[in-house]
This record gives sequence, structure tokens and C-alpha cells, in this order.
Amino acid sequence: MTDAHTAGPFIAAIDQGTTSSRCIIFDRDGRIVAVDQKEHEQIFPKPGWVEHDAAEIWTNVQEVVAGAMVKAKVAKEDILSIGITNQRETTMLWDRHTGQPVHNAIVWQDTRTDTLCRELGGEVGQDRFRRETGLPLAAYFAGPKIAWLLDNVPGLRERAETGDLLFGTMDSWVIWNLTGGPRGGVHVTDVTNASRTLLMNLDDLKWNEDIAAEMGVPMRILPEIRSSSEVYGEVRGGALGGLLGGVPVASALGDQQAALFGQTCFGAGEAKSTYGTGTFQLMNTGEKLIHSESGLLTTVGYRIGDADPVYALEGSIAVTGALVQWMRDQMGLISTAAEIETLASSVEDNGGAYFVPAFSGLFAPYWRSDARGVIAGLTRYVTKAHIARAVLEATAWQTREITDAMIKDSGVELAALKVDGGMTSNNLLMQFLSDVLDAPVVRPMVAETTCLGAAYAAGLAVGFWDSTEDLRANWRRAAEWTPAMEPEAREREYRNWLKAVDRTMGWIEEDQQ
Amino acid sequence: MARNIQSVERAAAMLRLLAGGDRRLGLSDIASALGLAKATAHGILRTLQNEGFVEQDPESGRYQLGAELLRLGTSYLDIHELRARALVWTDDLARSGGEAVYVGVLHQQGVLVVHHVFRPDDSRQVLEVGAMQPLHSTALGKVLAACDPVAHSELVEAKREPFTARTVTDLDELEQVLGDIRDRGYATDLEENWEGVAAVAAPIFDRHRLAVGAVGITGAVERVCLDGAVRPELIAAVRDCARSVSRDLGSGRF
Repeated sequence: MTDAHTAGPFIAAIDQGTTSSRCIIFDRDGRIVAVDQKEHEQIFPKPGWVEHDAAEIWTNVQEVVAGAMVKAKVAKEDILSIGITNQRETTMLWDRHTGQPVHNAIVWQDTRTDTLCRELGGEVGQDRFRRETGLPLAAYFAGPKIAWLLDNVPGLRERAETGDLLFGTMDSWVIWNLTGGPRGGVHVTDVTNASRTLLMNLDDLKWNEDIAAEMGVPMRILPEIRSSSEVYGEVRGGALGGLLGGVPVASALGDQQAALFGQTCFGAGEAKSTYGTGTFQLMNTGEKLIHSESGLLTTVGYRIGDADPVYALEGSIAVTGALVQWMRDQMGLISTAAEIETLASSVEDNGGAYFVPAFSGLFAPYWRSDARGVIAGLTRYVTKAHIARAVLEATAWQTREITDAMIKDSGVELAALKVDGGMTSNNLLMQFLSDVLDAPVVRPMVAETTCLGAAYAAGLAVGFWDSTEDLRANWRRAAEWTPAMEPEAREREYRNWLKAVDRTMGWIEEDQQ
Repeated sequence: MARNIQSVERAAAMLRLLAGGDRRLGLSDIASALGLAKATAHGILRTLQNEGFVEQDPESGRYQLGAELLRLGTSYLDIHELRARALVWTDDLARSGGEAVYVGVLHQQGVLVVHHVFRPDDSRQVLEVGAMQPLHSTALGKVLAACDPVAHSELVEAKREPFTARTVTDLDELEQVLGDIRDRGYATDLEENWEGVAAVAAPIFDRHRLAVGAVGITGAVERVCLDGAVRPELIAAVRDCARSVSRDLGSGRF
């Protein structure tokens, strides 16, 4: 809904996501003025492989930016700056002279580098570069994906060595194209995206030449690492040159970090959780770089201009909304995702049933690939409604486990959890989440926290907003759930959950893995 | 006993003929099975097809039961689906209106609050999802009673308590109010349920143009009203929101 009270100037944010590219235009109060969105093709060349056509993505980005500007009825004079947030870790190489991608982008979910990561780990294993980069050697991250491309696509290594190729995650690709592409485009990335490559030192925020050499990644293809909020360049040339020429490109943040920023989690101990198919929880740990003892990732939260970087701990849950989809699509127990709440609300409790959706093993804080899903505590009494309840509770308990790990690593208690994403419309889940965390759960008024974060960072860079305090003043509570569970009940239920988790482990035997 | 309407009986017979499993029949089969002239059978089939109760296979030209028929009886709008669809629009309404937003549906003899967005200031507020409001004295309740016949009959039967000096409890007077609401497309409540509180609400329609819920804002009468009436820009914002949610539920433009 647009309304007459909204007046310029505005900030535009591009969200180059996994399934679509979007552009949202925000006003000074952080309200949405216009949105445009376009999906792109998901390419599955082999089981476990996922690719995107980066040229298609750039075309879509141009279309949605133009589309959002038309919908908002604004001209470039009204747009003070453009920010970018992006699917993290998705990796591509392009020719710096032609501006053409030399291969499809390898998407973060793609598992083709599993073996390579194991080889790189050698005798030390997956934590070989953890001290420097904060990450385990896992197939998600960008560095090994670059190595795979250079080693497996004929001719690429030579072209990389001679300096004809550039590497980038989606932020780099979009910024390079926005600022002129082959004709003077700037080749940069921000600290949050660089912190997902396995190639950047967390302490000095520089590329680690030893690790790059170890992976066989030539330094000359890597972009310059910049802060998340500064003017990288101006829009020049191309289809958007006429529409937005001269507008500063002024922020880049990986999507989860952008959501942390959009939720205005600017203080140490503030955390946000985004509930989609899976869930990503990040906790701001301030200027302190915390190495997790509990299997969480250490990552850069954001860096504003020349200010000190702000670090974060990250825990992800593979299966949350996906479990509700499974109930709908595989089990057929509900016909829409929202109906899970109706079914779950028809009973008072879980009837003794617990559902641990370890569909592809257990992630943080357990990291057990030999685990598989379990429904525990079944009796004749249990109905599908109890299972529906157990499904929702699983999301809450998994959040509790991540939260406990964050509190343990950081030594900071969680004051409140800020939530966003589709599952926040589930009232029963949000109440239960507050109950098991024994902390308030707060939903902000703007659901588009990812785009908002990119807009905030881009607006800060050009002085549209003065400080993070300014941004906090924009934050509005749409709903808040407060804990209402007896401590004894909480402890008993948590014990039962942990017993159920225990029963998932060791299901897959060594030779099956 | 009143005479039955022949064409309805024939339509019922056709539906029975097509019922059961994956049955498809051509026009002549249907006409001869029911002893009807082809033209008569065709007229009834076409009417049923328009209502979605019968579908015609484009290739063979044969008829089968329509999807609409399967939906009858099982189709009601899940309140959690309504909340999920309303979420974005109601956030925006709270933000632009500066007041708390509520979405309600008819439940027994009152309005059940299925969604609540806080007033966008930093004051402490409590989530009121699950609370009940009366039909006769709130904007949500009155707009439901005006647009949904079931809500209307509940309002007639319910005990209509006077909560404030301004609560309308007399049925004739209420009927007039409801008529006005139907004409205007929105309802207001000026201190009729709580002293010092005013509200405005508009109906949410589904794709059959049935009123499945209502959305409204509620706030201090000093902010919501100007010169004794709800501010026109708030009315417009509430109606815009109701239209957007209705559109998301498949209701056509109106």
C-alpha cells in the first residue's frame, strides 16, 4: 500500500536472493514505498548441484529496480543511495573485459565441494581454518567453490592467472555492473560477504594469502574488501544509467547480516532469528571476536565505514518451516502451512510426543551427520493434532539449543529475541518460543528486515540517517509474546526434548554415510 | 405441500449421476439417463458449469463433477490462514494509521480477535489475540453483522448489554445502523464499547464475496476522531487494508 503521507527522499535496496531478486524503496521512517520482484531459474545439473545464471540475475536486478521506481513514481533525484543485500556464499567468476559470466554461479546449497573440503581439512579436519576465518570447512562457503571452478572448467585457471577473470559473490557482481561493468566497474565486496569465503581473516579483515594459496585461489581475482556502509561508486552506464546515473551505491551486507541490521540489533547481546524453511539466528557480540566452543559460526555482523567491525555468532537450523511443509506435502495432514496452528491448537499439549526433524543430521550445537529424524514418546493416545504440536515445538526447542550455545559462548544473557520471517504469523509457535526461551519474543512492524538493513546501511553512508540511534527510533514493535510457562514445566519439557534428540544419533552407520 | 421446482430436481439428479469416482458422461448419455430432451439437459448443465459444480472436459466434451462441489462443506477460511494473509497489510495499516489494528471473525455470539498489531509507539501493550468482543457495540462486530447474515442472526439473538451511555441496544435502531454500514462499507464505534475509545472497521471478503472477517483500528477518541467523527484518512486507510486482504484471498476488485 502506498499512501499520500510518504514523501521523498528515499533509499532503494536491492535484495539479490536465492529464489528471486527484489527492489524495495524505503522512506525516512523505514516504511515501504514500493516493491518489485522477479524470480530466476534454479538450475540442477546433477543431484546436490545448484546453479544460477548470473547474467539472468543481473537482467532481473535491472528490471526490478526500474519496476520499483515506476511503482513508487520517483525519479533519481529522489533516490539518495542504493544498498545491496544478497544470498550469501553463492560464487561466480566473470570476464572483466566482456562482463560475461564464464560459468553459472554455484549456489550456497550446492554440495559439489564436499570432497574438496574433506581433502583441504587433511589430518586436522574441518576446523583447519576455523581460528582464522571463524568457519568450518564446509561446502557452503565460497573459497572451495572458486577452487572447484578453476580446476574443473577448462581454461579458467589460465585466464585467472593472467588477470582476465574476477571473482565475486552476488554483492560484487551487482555492484560491479551497477558502477559501469567492463567500463570502470568497481570490484569490491563487503566484510560480511568476505567473512563467508573461508578466505578472510576475522581479526584484520584482510584476505589470508596462505589459505588462498592452499586452496589454489589467485589473489588477483579477489575483490577489494570494504566496509558494509560506504560509497563504493556511482551508478554508471547500462540500462540503469539513464534511470539512476550518479546515484551512490552505498551498502552491501549478506542477507542474514542485513536482517540483523534491519532489526536494529546494534548492541552486544541483541539477537534476531529469521524463520523460513530453515532458521538463521545471529547474535551481535560487539567488537569482541568470540570463537565458539559450541559449534556456532563466528562471522562479521557489519562494519560501518571506518568504525570498528561488529562481530556476530551465527547458528542455523536446517529444518523449521520445512517440517511444516513436510506435514503438508508428504504427510497430507494439513492443506496449507497456516493450518498447522489450527490443528495444533485443537489439543492442550503434545500428548507426550516429540519430533526431532534431523532429516539430514543434526547441526549446531551437535554436528552429528549420523543422526536422522525421530518422533519419540508415541502412545495410543497420540493424535495427529499432538504431532502438529510437536512439529511447532521442534522449532522452538531448536531455537532454545542455539540460544543456549550463544549465551554460553558469549557470556551474555538474551534480553529479548527479535523475530522475522513467515513463521512469525504463527501465534501458538511464537508464544511457545517465548515460553521455552523464558524471554520476550518481539516481532517488528516491517517484515522486510533484510532489505531494510541494506537500506539503513546505504542511508547511513550518505547521511540520510545520522546514526544507528536514528535507526533504532524507526523500529516499531508489532507484537510481543512474554513467557507464561511454569519453570518446572519448561525444565521437564526440555529434558524430554533432549532425550528425543539423543535417540536420533547413531542411526546411520559408518559405511552408509 | 408446496410444489417442488423441477429444474432444481433435475440438476440434483444430474449431480447424482456424475457422482462417485471418476465418472464422465456425454450430453446424450445424461439426457437419455434422465429422460430429458438434449436442449433441456444442456441448459441445466451449462448453469451448473457456470457455478463450478460441473466441468466439461475440453477434449472429449464429456461432463464431470466440478471442483467447486468438492470444496462445498469443507471450505471455510482457516483463521490462521486469514492472519497469515493479513499480516503485511495490517502492519502497514498500524504504521500509517498510528493506532492498534485488530482482525476479527465471527465466533459464537461475538467477535474473536485473530490478529492484533500493536500501536506503533513504544508503550507497553499486551497481545489480545484470542479475546472476544461483542457484536453490537464494536466496529468489528457491527461490520460483521452488517455483511454476514449468520453474524446478523447472532446479533439479533444475543443479549445486547449497554456498556456505555452510547451503546445502541434497541434492535430497530441497530438495524438502521447496520443498513447505513452496508451502504457505506464500513462501521464506526464512538465510545460505544469502552469510554474514551473509538474504532473503525471494514469487511474482508473471500472469493465468493462472503464476509469472512473484519479489520479495524481502535484508539483513543481524541486521536481517532475529529469534530465527533472518525478522521476520513483513517477510514480510507482501513478500507484500503480490507480491500488488499480481500484481494489476497481471491476476492475480485470492487
